[in-house]
Amino acid sequence: MSFLSIRNLSARLKGRPDQILRRVSLEVAAGEVRGLVGESGAGKSMIGKAILGTLPQSVEITGGQIILDGTDLLSLPTAQRRTLIGAKCALIPQDPLTALNPSRRIGPQITNRLVDILHWTRADAEKRARDLLAEVQIPDPERVMRSYPHELSGGMRQRILIASAFAAEPKLIIADEPTTALDVTVQKQILKLIAAMQARHGTALLFVTHDLGVVSKVCQSLSVLYAGYVLEDSTIPDFFHTPKHPYSRALLAATPKYTDPDGSLTPVSDAVIAATRAEVEAADRSAHV
Amino acid sequence: MLDGRSAIKRKLPTRLVLSATWLTLLTLAAVFAPLIAPKDPLAQDLFLGQLPPFWVQGHEPGYLLGTDSLGRDVLSRILYGARLALTVALTAGTITCIIGATMGLLAGFLRGWVDILISRAIDIWMAFPPVLFSILLIAVLGPSLTSIIIAIVVIDWTRFARVIRAEAMTQGAMDYVASAQVAGRTRLSTMITEILPNVLPTIVVLLTLEMGISIIVEAILSFVNLSISTDDPTWGGMIAEGRASIHQAWWVLVFPLITLFLTVLSFSQLGEGLKDRFDPVLR
Amino acid sequence: MQFLQSVLLRLCTTLITLAGVAVIVFFVIRVVPGNPIAMMLPPGATEADVARLTALYGLDKSIPQQFLIWVSGVLQGDFGTSITTKQPVLQLVLSRLPATLELSVMALIIAVILGGFMALTGTRLRGSKTEAAIDVGNGMALSVPDFLWGLILILTFGVLIPIFHISGRVTPSLPLPFTTNFYLTESVLRLRFDLWLDIAAHMFMPALALAIPLAAIIGQLLKQSLKETMHLDYVTLARTKGYSETHVILREALPNAILPTLTLVGVQFTFLIGGTVIIERLFSYEGLGNMAIDAVINRDLPLIQGIVILFAVIFTGVNLLVDLTYAALNPRLRHA
Repeated sequence: MSFLSIRNLSARLKGRPDQILRRVSLEVAAGEVRGLVGESGAGKSMIGKAILGTLPQSVEITGGQIILDGTDLLSLPTAQRRTLIGAKCALIPQDPLTALNPSRRIGPQITNRLVDILHWTRADAEKRARDLLAEVQIPDPERVMRSYPHELSGGMRQRILIASAFAAEPKLIIADEPTTALDVTVQKQILKLIAAMQARHGTALLFVTHDLGVVSKVCQSLSVLYAGYVLEDSTIPDFFHTPKHPYSRALLAATPKYTDPDGSLTPVSDAVIAATRAEVEAADRSAHV
Repeated sequence: MLDGRSAIKRKLPTRLVLSATWLTLLTLAAVFAPLIAPKDPLAQDLFLGQLPPFWVQGHEPGYLLGTDSLGRDVLSRILYGARLALTVALTAGTITCIIGATMGLLAGFLRGWVDILISRAIDIWMAFPPVLFSILLIAVLGPSLTSIIIAIVVIDWTRFARVIRAEAMTQGAMDYVASAQVAGRTRLSTMITEILPNVLPTIVVLLTLEMGISIIVEAILSFVNLSISTDDPTWGGMIAEGRASIHQAWWVLVFPLITLFLTVLSFSQLGEGLKDRFDPVLR
Repeated sequence: MQFLQSVLLRLCTTLITLAGVAVIVFFVIRVVPGNPIAMMLPPGATEADVARLTALYGLDKSIPQQFLIWVSGVLQGDFGTSITTKQPVLQLVLSRLPATLELSVMALIIAVILGGFMALTGTRLRGSKTEAAIDVGNGMALSVPDFLWGLILILTFGVLIPIFHISGRVTPSLPLPFTTNFYLTESVLRLRFDLWLDIAAHMFMPALALAIPLAAIIGQLLKQSLKETMHLDYVTLARTKGYSETHVILREALPNAILPTLTLVGVQFTFLIGGTVIIERLFSYEGLGNMAIDAVINRDLPLIQGIVILFAVIFTGVNLLVDLTYAALNPRLRHA
């Protein structure tokens, strides 16, 4: 059985009919790296937030299950659910500039989960933080732990956030567009670092991104999302050789290839979008019957 | 986003309508006080001193809200008191607004030594305890309606100047002002035709708030017995008297207090309501 | 280095402000009609008596001359002599200052507790009916000034439910063993909790009246800035680490949301101190403000000057202190 299994998850804006997520189902096996792709507004980040329980207040879940390691998260009371998430999951956030508390030193921001939630001793937690900072190739971890976030560069901060995500050896990490806010030069290093860390720790990873190029490098499988609806669910080799859905094919044609960066690109055509939209609406209708 | 906007639109009229209604009623009452006041507000009758309001045992017909210790009708005095309160609100508020806003515009748009001078003056003003300063001014000028208005203007012009200065500075830095300058307009005409219309909503909101504040200042001054002559009915004077006889006749304090409370609340709610209306983000 | 420079600059402007206040108050009160000397003497005093006394208080000299004499006195710590009580102004003012300081600080503490509680509760229960109620209450508290709140408190807790004292600073019949005028503070230090209770019960109503508008401002500002902070990624991250919502608000969001509130609270605190003048009058509280109003009514020129200058010193001092605290609390500024 998969470590994470989402079944028929639906969500919408409170008091409005339009759906944000439409009967989303996806599985992440232990140690698997799954990409979650879609254009902006497709609801890919919402899935990550639904799992972690950090959906905005304006969004409500209208149905479905999120089963993490055999427990349905949606059936748990908030406090219990947070503790469970805190112990088994972690988040690598999108923007390293706002993801570290500006008024606290780096050290406690890495160790606090270990000490407060998982009841490690402070010494153990600090040793662990130092080791991890070294592992993400941060020079002089001792000094960095005593620094405030504003004293460090964006790339450094993202490394710290990655180290922090792996601190409690979670079973699942959700990376929410972890390279989007970074300089192109730093993006590649961070991507490599995440892949290396994942491989070394064997953590399952749900990689949310709009960049198919990134998916092809890091992931083993992927789900393509459009308007909160899963269009296609396949393994990476299958997807890149024989994409099943017309929208997927259009998306691939619109993505620059690492093998041929100068090759011509075709934007996703209006016809494909219209057909996809019609398909999603048809699926909505049949689900409501 | 859309939900929030429509919610504010729906909520906004209620508080605007309520406060506007109260202020209209009060204005009518003030204008027609001689016609609607049941008694002469100055008539004393020591035999009818400290009569309770109409629902309390021992009241006297004709004295709806009771009488004070000199036997004067509380309701009539409140109605006549509204005349002074609203006069102060309108005149003092408007003059303060004109002077303060002009200072703020000049400082914020012209900058340079004008700004230095005005800002320094604002700093000095901010270091004065306002209530004490107004009491001092009235002591200097002698108690009269004119003195009250002068005192309010002298104390409160900074309230406008500070805000308008900041707004004029932001507006002055914008492109449309630069293009007006390039087009060869003088600084003064740019200030009046380009900056003023853009800060006008803020000025209107501040003016509404200032009217409420003026009424409070007047009440405070009559409370320390420094407003106009002691016989004339003022809300503050009635409150001072009510405070003194609070254990014998609570109504002498309660009714002017409620009137004052509602009036001040209405002016401020009107101002806040207008602020929401004017706010381009919400519009 | 830059920090030190800006502190020096601030000190300079503060001194200019104080000088401005001194000049204005000095000349304004010299225009006061009514001869304070004539008021002091019994009826039937001769012209010569008036002239002698006028000379004694230096009121026969020209106004600029009087100003120079006064300034040179002030620089030596001599603020002149009160006309009504014939005591040195400095001594009079300092004897009343503790009462006003204790009242202001008590009001500030109440405002911070009340406002902070409102902001935190509103944030914790966002989207609920409680939050809406808090917003409405805040709006009301903000619209109505301390003077009216004072009257409302007098009515409710002085007359309707008489549980607090509404006049004076302490029950007059109580023997006071104090050596300073910081009654509230000293009663704690002397472990006289019976006296403390009596003084606090006298102080609570005026302090609350002063605190209500400030509490509303703190509540509104802090809630707004908490709201903005709660959307930031590090708050979300803390949630995913397993912390409770209350912990997230208190430990992660609050320390960062508090800074913008702090600067405004500084300015607002000076407004609160300014409000003590009328509130002390309203509650017959024997502080500086009450003394000031008496001084104005009695035309006690040296005393008025002294009190206004003292208020100005307090105001500018508070603002200076807030700026420095802000710099000290913000790690970004501290290390710059």
